[in-house]
Amino acid sequence: MTVAIDRATGKRRGDRTPRPGLGRRLKDGYQKHWYAYAMIAPVAVVIGVLVLYPLGYGLYLTLTDANSLNSARTIGVNEIEATYKFVGLDNYADILWGPTAYDRFWSHFIWTIVWTAVCVGLHFFIGLGLALLLNQKLRGRTFYRLILVLPWAVPTFVTVFGWRFMLADQGIINSALDWLHLPTPAWLEDTFWQRFSAIMVNTWCGVPFMMVSLLGGLQSIDNSLYEASEMDGANAWQRFRYVTLPGLRSVSSTVVLLGIIWTFNQFAVIFLLFGNTAPDAQILVTWAYQLGFGQQPRDFAQSAAYGILLLAILIVFTSFYRRWLNRNEQQLAN
Amino acid sequence: MSTSTAPTEAPAEQVAASTAPPRKVRGRGERSRAASLASHGVLTLASLVALFPVAWLVYLSLGPDKNDYLHPGRIWSKMTFDNYAFVLQDTNFFDWLKSSLIVSLGTTVIGVMVAATTGYAVSRMRFPGYKKLMWVLLVTQMFPIAVLIVPMYQILSKLQLIDNYFGLILVYCSTAVPYCAWLLKGYFDTIPFEIDEAGRVDGLTPFGTFFRLILPLARPGLAVAGFYSFITAFGEVAFASTFMLSDTKYTFAVGLQSFVSEHDAQRNLMAATAVLVAIPVSAFFYLVQKNLVTGLTAGGTKG
Repeated sequence: MTVAIDRATGKRRGDRTPRPGLGRRLKDGYQKHWYAYAMIAPVAVVIGVLVLYPLGYGLYLTLTDANSLNSARTIGVNEIEATYKFVGLDNYADILWGPTAYDRFWSHFIWTIVWTAVCVGLHFFIGLGLALLLNQKLRGRTFYRLILVLPWAVPTFVTVFGWRFMLADQGIINSALDWLHLPTPAWLEDTFWQRFSAIMVNTWCGVPFMMVSLLGGLQSIDNSLYEASEMDGANAWQRFRYVTLPGLRSVSSTVVLLGIIWTFNQFAVIFLLFGNTAPDAQILVTWAYQLGFGQQPRDFAQSAAYGILLLAILIVFTSFYRRWLNRNEQQLAN
Repeated sequence: MSTSTAPTEAPAEQVAASTAPPRKVRGRGERSRAASLASHGVLTLASLVALFPVAWLVYLSLGPDKNDYLHPGRIWSKMTFDNYAFVLQDTNFFDWLKSSLIVSLGTTVIGVMVAATTGYAVSRMRFPGYKKLMWVLLVTQMFPIAVLIVPMYQILSKLQLIDNYFGLILVYCSTAVPYCAWLLKGYFDTIPFEIDEAGRVDGLTPFGTFFRLILPLARPGLAVAGFYSFITAFGEVAFASTFMLSDTKYTFAVGLQSFVSEHDAQRNLMAATAVLVAIPVSAFFYLVQKNLVTGLTAGGTKG
């Protein structure tokens, strides 16, 4: 019964040689692992009740034509029974290749991919650049770090409002551009500039996390590696390429994955920056929210179907990403 | 690169002096003056970019008129704290504060308490289903709000939990609990396994080891997980604006939007409220930010 520390002793499942019968194995497994199961029980319950049950329910909703007019609701003292009916996969078919599919789904899908790629790319490269600068011996680097973390420290809903003041038609940014005799775009009205502003604001919000994580990664790289490579005559670029980047591998693969998931699902920035005013700048998440809650009647079924599609995209992406990482790691090990 | 550069510098200088005309040779970690200036330049610029929107918000909050953000020059001559006085006295600020605190603290407490044992189990034990559990914890990070918001809305309205603090706490727990478990696993991984072994040798059960030895040691990790779920719940917008209907129950994230309606936009008050919210949260954030990252990335790299 050494479950609690079997990792420390290096024992693995599969070290056991003879394979007993099923009943025996269940009993053994129970005796051996009941501590572990008791300990994960609370989370299992929470996930089951608060995540899986709503997910199952949502999945069911996507197979119906539920909206706010035919769902169960209470008006005054009258309870109205739900009258929506089962429509099978119609919602998905409608979203993916119905007559409005391009307008509603695919255009937002493309924009969401662009949004995620551009934002995470900017987050990563700006964050890496700043982390490299902060990792030098430099006067006042603690001070710089504290200031550069600021966008992360302030709650997003606050900063986005700050940006809205700045991006307003005659706000400070346009005033400054005007003073420099540069064109003053309609940041919050024109589709292209809406997208541009959204990326800009989200980049501003997301860089500090990358920067601090990568700085942590840089500081964990063994300094003797740099000394050794310098002895071997590596120049600055080669040191960066062959020492720094491999040293950052595990940190960066994690933060990039988290960054992609978070950006893909980023709700607050776009929702607060534009509200309902920018149908073309909505990414899939905010678009799905708008279908479910931002219009009358609320289209619950379609909104949930979007949600399931989004989740499916992310799960597929993550599986491939992890497989790709594992393969690369094995190549490195060989 | 924090090692001292002095020792390596001296021999390098001698070598250089003997072979070439006297030229300053730089040691490791030292840069030319120009590179140094460039670093400072870039960092200063980045700091200004990071600082400006927040500083601007503070500045605008001092302008008494709701359209002052359009002609900020006029604020200089008439700076006043009137907005703050008004927000504190004549709006629902304290109601919002109360809601935000109830919801965020509730989420934090439940999140951390429920998640701690799981974090420990995944950190120390290998049991059938371990990989699946880790995968589920990761997948719950990916839930776009759109997946859960509709079913949650329907379930909560059936249970009469719409416009109810407890309902919102439950909703937030769906993200906070897996998240905390993930973070805490990362932290528990950093506590040496020898401590567990010692506990077991002294006759403690795994539960005993966990409660008596590991939990006290993991206090900083618990604090980080708690803080993270607090921040996440505090800043959440979508669920809060859908599930909270009466304006005395708004959280700040929703309340702040209520200053801007279709007819009237009291941006000066909005700016003042935003500053009042942002200052304590950021101050608190600075105390824990270093630990946040360790916890977050440790969980991922070893998962």
